[in-house]
Amino acid sequence: MTEEQAQPKKIAAYICTGCDIGDSLDIEKLASIPQGSNIETKTHEYLCGEEGAAMIQSDIDGGVNTVIIAACSPRAKTDVFKYDPLTVVTERVNLREGVVWSHEPNDEDTQSMAEDQLKMSIAKAQKAECPDPYKEEISRTILVVGGGITGLTAAAEASKAGSQVVLVEKEPELGGYVAKLKSTFPSSAPYEEPVEPDIQERIKAVEEDGNIKVYTGAKIEKIVGAPGMFDVTIKQNGSSQTERIGAIVLATGFVPYDATKLDHLGYGLDNVVTNFEFEEMAKSGELAQKAPKSVVFIQCAGSRDPEHLPYCSSVCCMTSLKQAKYIRDMDSDAMAYIIYKDMRTPGQYENFYKKMQDDEGVFLTKGEVTGVSEDGGSLVVEATDTLLGEDIKVKADMVVLATGMVPTTAIEDEAAKAAWEEYLRRGREEDQQQPQEEEELPDARMIPSGILNLDYMQGPELPELKNGYGFPDSHYICFPYETRRTGIYAAGPVRHPMDSAASVEDAAGAALKAIQCVELTAQGRAVHPRTWDMTYPDLFTQRCTQCKRCTQECPFGMYNEDEKASPLPNPTRCRRCGVCLGACPERIISFKDFSIDIVGSMGKAFSNPEGKFKVVVFACENDALPALDMAGVNRLKYSPAIRVIPLRCAGNLNLVWVADILSAGADGILILGCKHGDDYQCHFIRGSELCEYRLGKVQETLNRLMLEAERVQFRNIAIEDYDKVPQIIDDFMKRLEEIGPNPFKGF
Amino acid sequence: MSDEGSAGGTILVVGGGISGITTAVEAAETGYNVVLVEKNPSLGGRVAQLSKYFPKLCPPYCGLEINLKRIKTNPNITCYTLAELESVSGGPGAYDVKIKVNPRYVNDNCTACGKCAEAVSTEIPNEFNFGMDTTKAAYLPHELAFPFRYVLSPKIIGTEDAQKAAAACKYNAIDLDMQPETIELKVGSIVYATGWEPFDATKIENLDVAGKENVINNMQMERLASSNGPTGGRIQRPSDGKEVESIAFVQCAGSRDENYLPYCSAICCLASMKQATYIREQNPDSKVYIFYIDIRAPGKYELFYQRLQEDENVSFIKGKVAQINEDADKGLEVVAEDIQTGNKVRQKVDMVVLATGMVPATAGLPQVETDESGFAIPKPGIYSTGVAKKPMEVAASVQDATGAALKAIQTARD
Repeated sequence: MTEEQAQPKKIAAYICTGCDIGDSLDIEKLASIPQGSNIETKTHEYLCGEEGAAMIQSDIDGGVNTVIIAACSPRAKTDVFKYDPLTVVTERVNLREGVVWSHEPNDEDTQSMAEDQLKMSIAKAQKAECPDPYKEEISRTILVVGGGITGLTAAAEASKAGSQVVLVEKEPELGGYVAKLKSTFPSSAPYEEPVEPDIQERIKAVEEDGNIKVYTGAKIEKIVGAPGMFDVTIKQNGSSQTERIGAIVLATGFVPYDATKLDHLGYGLDNVVTNFEFEEMAKSGELAQKAPKSVVFIQCAGSRDPEHLPYCSSVCCMTSLKQAKYIRDMDSDAMAYIIYKDMRTPGQYENFYKKMQDDEGVFLTKGEVTGVSEDGGSLVVEATDTLLGEDIKVKADMVVLATGMVPTTAIEDEAAKAAWEEYLRRGREEDQQQPQEEEELPDARMIPSGILNLDYMQGPELPELKNGYGFPDSHYICFPYETRRTGIYAAGPVRHPMDSAASVEDAAGAALKAIQCVELTAQGRAVHPRTWDMTYPDLFTQRCTQCKRCTQECPFGMYNEDEKASPLPNPTRCRRCGVCLGACPERIISFKDFSIDIVGSMGKAFSNPEGKFKVVVFACENDALPALDMAGVNRLKYSPAIRVIPLRCAGNLNLVWVADILSAGADGILILGCKHGDDYQCHFIRGSELCEYRLGKVQETLNRLMLEAERVQFRNIAIEDYDKVPQIIDDFMKRLEEIGPNPFKGF
Repeated sequence: MSDEGSAGGTILVVGGGISGITTAVEAAETGYNVVLVEKNPSLGGRVAQLSKYFPKLCPPYCGLEINLKRIKTNPNITCYTLAELESVSGGPGAYDVKIKVNPRYVNDNCTACGKCAEAVSTEIPNEFNFGMDTTKAAYLPHELAFPFRYVLSPKIIGTEDAQKAAAACKYNAIDLDMQPETIELKVGSIVYATGWEPFDATKIENLDVAGKENVINNMQMERLASSNGPTGGRIQRPSDGKEVESIAFVQCAGSRDENYLPYCSAICCLASMKQATYIREQNPDSKVYIFYIDIRAPGKYELFYQRLQEDENVSFIKGKVAQINEDADKGLEVVAEDIQTGNKVRQKVDMVVLATGMVPATAGLPQVETDESGFAIPKPGIYSTGVAKKPMEVAASVQDATGAALKAIQTARD
């Protein structure tokens, strides 16, 4: 992109004296700070009121393009202090929650804190620029991978919302597993009767939909590019075609758990079948021919079992109840026995469970199956720990193993695996030509399933969570559709075990996310969570040393490499978290309003005189900053020695800041970031983890500088921990006082 | 669609809990105008009242903050709090709706400085904490409240206290003459995301819990465990503030019971197990007894159940609680049949948590169609999502609400 001539900076500062600020600080002295930098400075007793707001607006109309608002938290009064981000840089100084509400009024140290925070904001305002959004010609077409109920629904729903859709199904026919079902679970009140699947209608609707282009018997050979500009190569009947795609819905479903691993439950014996096989028999009429008089259903066959699938597949209890009904409907003398761990029929499905419980031909018991054997032409199921208080033996004509669902993303594809291993091997060889200093970075697993075949440096498929069992999610409570690849949204059982009704609803959500992704991308905005953000990373590649940290550490796989192994950014994959900025030892990654230079300048904007401790607190703006604010709202007091710099994520921390800030004489650095590990709370998945990883290295540097390693600390803080803020900060200060002041102070 | 968004018609979302917020934000970020209506003074609904989410045991404020930031930065969303949907006429693509906005007695001038709260002396039951403590009659609903503005309780209007509040405000933010207002709008589609109320456990005859101070429900437990709850996050016996050494969770309290709620609320097993971790973390010697019919931990939630089973101080007893007896010191005895052993269990505990189910809050919604349990059935133009539609947990609500945004868009764009 061409650099437009930046407008000359015209900065103005506004200090609000309301909400205790004026009563707690020497405002004249505070105002002299921007004035000393030739910044026009105005004070107002009620800056967010009509008059104050009009004052700022009239200055902006008069040519001011950077406003420093020293008032309440940047999280407050956002409706008032809201200016066009493309023309006005807005910098907020948190005097209220961050200074006067959390520190002693009219105190020398509180005043110093306010002054320093203002100086830091001035340093930022002088360098921050308005974003120049990345806008390219984009495709708005949605690719749906998988033509089962989830994929069909995602395609149909996206089409109804006006999108063009390309649907790719690997089988010759659409319909997936649901097409093999005799019936699906009850779907409306009174929730007592299974219903015939409407899958054929859905297939027909998709096939007749002019917005949807269907490829059956097709595979995705390769996906190159980024949201809005994916080039997807589809192989069908031996020939390849390329489609330009905006965003992707992954709806490849599941495969049944491999029952050959369940010989302890009799699989392999005659008349021992899985629930999937039983369903097909029921649909084809084979079951009716067989006319079993007694059928035992073994629940959790391979599920909720650390040796097999540790999770619950959510649908097998309902499936067995439904299949028990097939037997009972066929023959009123036939018996169905269901041996379960817990019957899981959530919501209104409880009605169906109740109905089946009332059927005297259905016998349900909790129990652990200890063996399945053959005895003179029939099967014998033995179970212990039953509700009858004794071990039981049931004779059966058939045994049905209620096996669970494995996401297709968890199944390795031989060819894809070989290709991926070859790629990794080559990478290692290349790395060996570089000086080795790094230990292996922590990372999530990625299973080469051969589904998407993404041309991404970090691998061809979606990464999974630790202990993720192949499900490709990243924030499954708050933001369930987010995978770690921008613009690719999973739906249906590939995302989470679910039944067909849930898959239909899930598909609509994923379709929405895909449509939203192209919409935001068209505007040059980030997708979740920073949808307000129109900046993107700008690389000064000439200085790149090809260390690969940015390509490896980006939680979303944004970077590819060019032929010289320099990072090749794909801005529309970028979530603007800035983790790469923290990773780069050459300091070449910048955003218009957030860079190594900007933050470094903030950290050095204040003096460090002898006799006063000062500490820079880097606070994650998603969690630590609101926690600090809430401490202020509750008027909790903590040390006024801290100087807060908000970060987009703790993962922004660049070690050069640490060196700069400490050599400028600050006594310590405290990073407040989110919990990481298996149950991480970082919005950017690995940011806080990478921050601590980097700190593991800085401490060696500090030792060499004869500075105590403990001067730089990372503390987990959750947003709710506002009541612990004083303790965390004061403990850190106490430790620093024991260590003593920074010897670089005063130089 | 233009690059600046705001295409198509407007979508009305009723309910500002996690489902409504999600539908609103997801639709707005796709370029549609959204009007979000919430009956309480701030957004967040039930999730704002939860201490932690299962299974990660992470704070709900964390995801809420991100969503609020998405609202604050999105010009397509208009938010009305203390507001109710009064009427709906017209049809899909062109509804005329009337929204009644109740007086907050505090206008947009409010800076949340808190001087009004300092000035008033009247204390009112704190609804955010289910009345387990009181708050000033001029109050901020909670620390993460959005809008970040105080509220005056109608109870003090006309009193000297209200005058004091008005006099204390330097910003002319208190308007004691504020009247209910009706706003008329044209919208293309409507999404009901009105959520749920905890089932009233006093209706359960055999448990006879009315008046038993140390029997609480699972939502009250969330407030007790929260740092901004009535006890600052210490889980104490309501009757005497004693540290809890033993606690029983009564699963399906009113649920899966034809006399009360025939359906399963889908979340209570996980909620109780989560709450067991609160107690276990606060008091390492504490004992937890969970009385259940079936433990329902679907999908990967199963791993959370496995984690709880590893704790030997947490006992799972398969059996429905028949009785809760109170002794002279307000201690409790839970009586149940352990259906695995056939033995009658009598367990003495300090406190009992009733895992009460979720009752859909759909009564009186205009043009709503409900099933026999009161869950709102989606129909073209008027969709429902979250627990207003069926029992579900937060993750499923977010998923469902994202889908509802698409349905609403499909109708609104026509």
